[in-house]
Amino acid sequence: MLITCPYCGPRDVIEFTYQGDGNRQRPQPASQDLDAWNAYVYDRLNPAGDHNEIWQHSGGCRAHLRVVRNTLTHEISSSGFARGDHKAARHKLEAKS
Amino acid sequence: MVERQSPIEPELHPGSHGNFEHGVEIILTETRPGSILQLAAWPGEEKRLMAGIRTVTGLALPDGAGGGIADGVKAVFGFAPGKFTVVDDAEGLASAFAGVITPAIGTVTDLSHGRTAIRIAGPKAEWVLAKFFAIDFALPAFPVGAGRSTTHHDVFAQIQRTGADQFDIYVFRSFARSFWKALCHASEEVGYEVQ
Ligand SMILES: [Zn+2]
Repeated sequence: MLITCPYCGPRDVIEFTYQGDGNRQRPQPASQDLDAWNAYVYDRLNPAGDHNEIWQHSGGCRAHLRVVRNTLTHEISSSGFARGDHKAARHKLEAKS
Repeated sequence: MVERQSPIEPELHPGSHGNFEHGVEIILTETRPGSILQLAAWPGEEKRLMAGIRTVTGLALPDGAGGGIADGVKAVFGFAPGKFTVVDDAEGLASAFAGVITPAIGTVTDLSHGRTAIRIAGPKAEWVLAKFFAIDFALPAFPVGAGRSTTHHDVFAQIQRTGADQFDIYVFRSFARSFWKALCHASEEVGYEVQ
């Protein structure tokens, strides 16, 4: 399974660490809403198909990524930085011969 | 300055080794740069950090992920978004950055004693490195000057291509001897020379 890091390019899954379901909505730290906390900790869509996930390129640039992975085929249909600041996607560097 | 000891020294045996009857196809050296720094920009400050690197080193970083440049004395490459490794043969590079990379721009971390730099050169350099790292070493995918962060057996390594068939690898100092030995073993089949 290959994940395309927007900084490093396609890399083997062994360089990445799964950081959990990307659909979770973390309540504010001071929130007393037990239902919201319960949903954050336990409720999962568990789809058979495309799934929003957070991965860290822990064995590379160490950026956190938003990844859509198909749970049936492991196909990665999209990946990008989890943080919105870095929009610059990887582009092919031209070889200087 | 205190004399820095090489972690590789006990396993560094100059001369030709392995299957070199038909010629040496790999040259391994420890380059021992005086300064190895990591510079990180706060979000939005990347351009100012890159300008600061140019001011201090004279090296103009190309735009783009993993872009880099080396002039034989100094070297710089991106290894993560907004983060750069800067290397100089001379010691004292961190203090040269002190007044240039202000706290508003980013951070300067001196890793000169924490990393070991190993150079692998020769026509089979790509071939040998491909045994260690699951990345594309072909010139069009990994141009001269560019940097890559990756791992071998879960241990970090940063690699800069400093020539068509030459790569500089930065590894943790504490893993350097083990990595060096592995590199020697992997080079045996093509014949290698330690300089
Ligand atoms: Zn990455």
